[in-house]
Amino acid sequence: MAHSARRDAPELPDFSLLKRLARDQLIYLLEQLPGKKDLFIEADLMSPLDRIANVTMLKQHDVDKLYKVENTPIFSTCDQICFLIRPRIQTVKWIADTVNADKAAGKFRKYKIIFTPQKFYACETVLEEQGIYGDVSTDEWAFYLLPLDDDIISLELPEFFRDNFLEGDQRWVTTGGSALHLLHSLFGPFSKVYGIGRCAKMVYESWREQVEESEQKAQKSEIGNVFLIDRDVDFVTPLCSQVVYEGLVDDIFRIKWCVEFGPDVTTADKSMKVMLNSQDKVFSEIRNEHFSNVFGFLSQKARNLQTAYDKRRGMDIKQMRTFVSEELKGLKQEHRLLSLHIGASESMMKKKTKQDFQELLKTEHSLLEGFDIRECITYIEEHINRQVSMIDSLRLLCLLSLTENGESQSYGIEHLLTFANLRQLGLLVEQQPGDALTAMESKVGKLVNDKTAEKLTGAFSSLAKKSNFRALSKKLALVPKTGEEYDLRVPRDMAYVFSGAYIPLSCKLIEQVLERDGWTGLEEVTRMLNGNEFVVTGEAISDARFKTDSQRIILVMFLGGCSYSEISALRFLGREKGYKFIVLTTAIINSARLMEAMLDNHV
Amino acid sequence: MMRSKPDEDDYWNSSKCRAFTFDDDYDELSSLKESKRAVNSIRQFVVDEDEDEDDMVKVSWSGEPIGTAQDPYAIAFYYLINSNLDLSGVNLSLPGGHSYGDSLVFFIPSYVFFFFFFFFFLQFCSLETFRSLKDKMQLLDQAVCANDGNVITAVCTHVFLQKYFLQCKLEVLSRELMSRDVALRHYIHYLKEMGEQKLLVELFKSLGRTEDMALLQYREHLSIKDEVRRKEYLKSCISLPFPPDDAGHVQDHYTLLERQIIIEANDKHLENKGQVEVFKKHPRKASILNMPIITTLYYSCVYHYGESEGTYSSPANIRSTFKISEKQYLLTALSARAKLKEWLDVGSLFTTKNWLGYTKKRSPIGFHRVVDILHKNNAPAQVLQEYVCLVEDPNLKISLAQKYKCHDIVIDMYKDQKDRQQLIVYQGKVERGSPEDKKIQDILNNTQIRWKN
Repeated sequence: MAHSARRDAPELPDFSLLKRLARDQLIYLLEQLPGKKDLFIEADLMSPLDRIANVTMLKQHDVDKLYKVENTPIFSTCDQICFLIRPRIQTVKWIADTVNADKAAGKFRKYKIIFTPQKFYACETVLEEQGIYGDVSTDEWAFYLLPLDDDIISLELPEFFRDNFLEGDQRWVTTGGSALHLLHSLFGPFSKVYGIGRCAKMVYESWREQVEESEQKAQKSEIGNVFLIDRDVDFVTPLCSQVVYEGLVDDIFRIKWCVEFGPDVTTADKSMKVMLNSQDKVFSEIRNEHFSNVFGFLSQKARNLQTAYDKRRGMDIKQMRTFVSEELKGLKQEHRLLSLHIGASESMMKKKTKQDFQELLKTEHSLLEGFDIRECITYIEEHINRQVSMIDSLRLLCLLSLTENGESQSYGIEHLLTFANLRQLGLLVEQQPGDALTAMESKVGKLVNDKTAEKLTGAFSSLAKKSNFRALSKKLALVPKTGEEYDLRVPRDMAYVFSGAYIPLSCKLIEQVLERDGWTGLEEVTRMLNGNEFVVTGEAISDARFKTDSQRIILVMFLGGCSYSEISALRFLGREKGYKFIVLTTAIINSARLMEAMLDNHV
Repeated sequence: MMRSKPDEDDYWNSSKCRAFTFDDDYDELSSLKESKRAVNSIRQFVVDEDEDEDDMVKVSWSGEPIGTAQDPYAIAFYYLINSNLDLSGVNLSLPGGHSYGDSLVFFIPSYVFFFFFFFFFLQFCSLETFRSLKDKMQLLDQAVCANDGNVITAVCTHVFLQKYFLQCKLEVLSRELMSRDVALRHYIHYLKEMGEQKLLVELFKSLGRTEDMALLQYREHLSIKDEVRRKEYLKSCISLPFPPDDAGHVQDHYTLLERQIIIEANDKHLENKGQVEVFKKHPRKASILNMPIITTLYYSCVYHYGESEGTYSSPANIRSTFKISEKQYLLTALSARAKLKEWLDVGSLFTTKNWLGYTKKRSPIGFHRVVDILHKNNAPAQVLQEYVCLVEDPNLKISLAQKYKCHDIVIDMYKDQKDRQQLIVYQGKVERGSPEDKKIQDILNNTQIRWKN
């Protein structure tokens, strides 16, 4: 939509190189096991793999059959088996069982495990303990970076968040460093690296170590600046309901490499998998828009389309032929996309109205603003009592505790932990599938209620205490003054991604640091965020030509994930200031994924 | 200096891949031999590197030197393929005169000792240096400084070799560990992942983290599938050292499962016999076992409503046993009875008698919520109207009445408010010639009313 974008924004680097690189390395690894082999792929690697290689390519390199890892006994007749997996204990144990079962049955095969992006010490211990260390060869596929879109690269490691922030396991630190190193060697050198957070610091150090080991060839720099940020610097933002189109689609339909739209959206009888990225011309125009603008935009689009179709009236044969060969295909595609997004919007609208979304948003905004807290608490209590949705209830509680309670950022995590334990301890047990009637009611057990009551009073009593979020919000002006009209059609700042109620803390920090070219003047802010901020100037770039362009390309690395709303906010900031942001994240998250990462009710 | 691949293969195969298993019954002598060989091969590297570290040329996997390649893609590809071999490119020199037997003082840059560790921890268990607790802890601290979680975990598991761990006075160890939070968290996560339940319990115990220990033991119940055994296990958990409120929850969990087992057996029997109306009309969709308390209450409000408090399956009993709040009880019972379209039951939920015997409807949850729930359960207009009437806030009441088309309420309210204009507007919304339309017309024609507009 019409935005007063700065025209001189630099071009983004071409990240398709990353896919080629990963593909070539995979081929190389497959060739290490010559001859026919069956390939077992970890379920959540299938879609990423699909984006960089296809079945034909795998077949060309002697992959006979493809299977999904399902932790059940395998039925393969091939005498060579290759496993392509994440370094997870569970999966390695399953492989060990498989190999041992073969052994017991007197079957002899060759096995190879390809860990991606790397293997862990614990995985090898399992192989050793299960007595198959020598029987299985292992390798690593350094597939760190999956470009999800022109400006989004993902490590596809949702476990990064839990492992690092909840368990305190730093096993992914070098992975982060290696990912950065890869980008650096392809698109660097970086001239400045900013960062905040403990993990960010460690990732930076790991990257530096790797840089020092390898020689860097002088090359044209395509990415000038890097910003590293830990997720625990800002938990508030990903806990908020998303109202920007792409974020809303993620909240409701869950984008997982692609999104599956049900029959209610497609108006056909079956559901459809759709890739949502900048290739989709309709989507790329609405993805960053506040949802309230989307309907108007789509209907305008539909009218234009009608006009374009109508042109063919009164055409002669020749004109018609040109129309059909040149325009019709494009129009048809646009038609298809339009009806898809209109369907999606309608369906989202329906779902949100049903959930009393307005009231929920009002509560969230009040919490962010620190206004009417008593009423918010009543609302949350009722939300829990009515057992609307456990994930939402937990989310609101965390938001309450973060915005009102936080002594320090880690306070929030402890709260989350409490609830994770609650889930275990609670009578919140696995859902019996297919029980629609009680699905809603059974989600929140009474335990949570009792605990909540306690937490609520706790939160209440600490209202008097000055919390960090409040102070941060004040210091950084995250919450615009109330009473002012906010035109969501013409956003004036990043707050538009939350209906003008709140500027994402993470994005505001990035804006401030870039503006000040460092942390000077933000001392009080960093103190409240537990410090660990840094800024490092890298190699000076002599060529002035690259300097101007690459300086305005900024790689933002989110350690522990980022949400689509944050990406939209950064895109907005880029348009305003003439930057181009590239988001590098360990995974795309939203409030539900964040909460679910905290639960562990399975063995 | 050029080094070809076979050299390294030799090294990796001989030392890294097979040499060190840490089983108790491992042959120590051969382990020692292997370690020596490994150490020697490191030494060899060290010497080599010292001599000609400047003219190191990297070797691609095919044996061709690619150090001169300018194409960043080639470099990156090379880098990814050779990340293992790259270890050999690291300068492993130790400051002059220090042998591996010396106490652990590192004067080398951090990136070097990251790799140094990598080599080192794989061998050290038979190196005498790391036998003392002090040295072990130093090794651990160095690993933590390297930031790599993978290395920290590896060092942890070696420092706390099970054999050693069990022999060592746990208190001594835990004292050392408490100040090393990063290492400790790695070790705990490792034990969790590996399912080392017993060891973890011991560790928590020795660290004095009894609550964590209790939780961990309690968590075990998830792996017990048989409900009777699960119940017995939960019973044994009650005495674990939980903080007081958690202990209450565990007790509740046990009680709940115990009740559920009884209810399930009874109801399954009733359902199979097919003589009880409610089971015929609303067949059970799932077993009640292992469901949360509120679901159990809902279930009992569906299948056992009206039973006396004496029976385990009655809503009243569940409510009092688990101290369910009035609001929560009302909401649950309301949903259940509305689902079954038992409007009389719904009515009696809110009916209270005062001391004079008059009945009055009262709701602690706000009647607008009640209306909402009733509407979601497709309550007939008449029922809805009755509850819309009870909403106190006039604005809310009128908007609800409009939403649910309770025309009489809307009309009467506008009449009471003497709001002629609104009444006229509303007349436009109702069907022409309908009783509502007529009623509005009658009111508008009524000259007795003093309209405010």
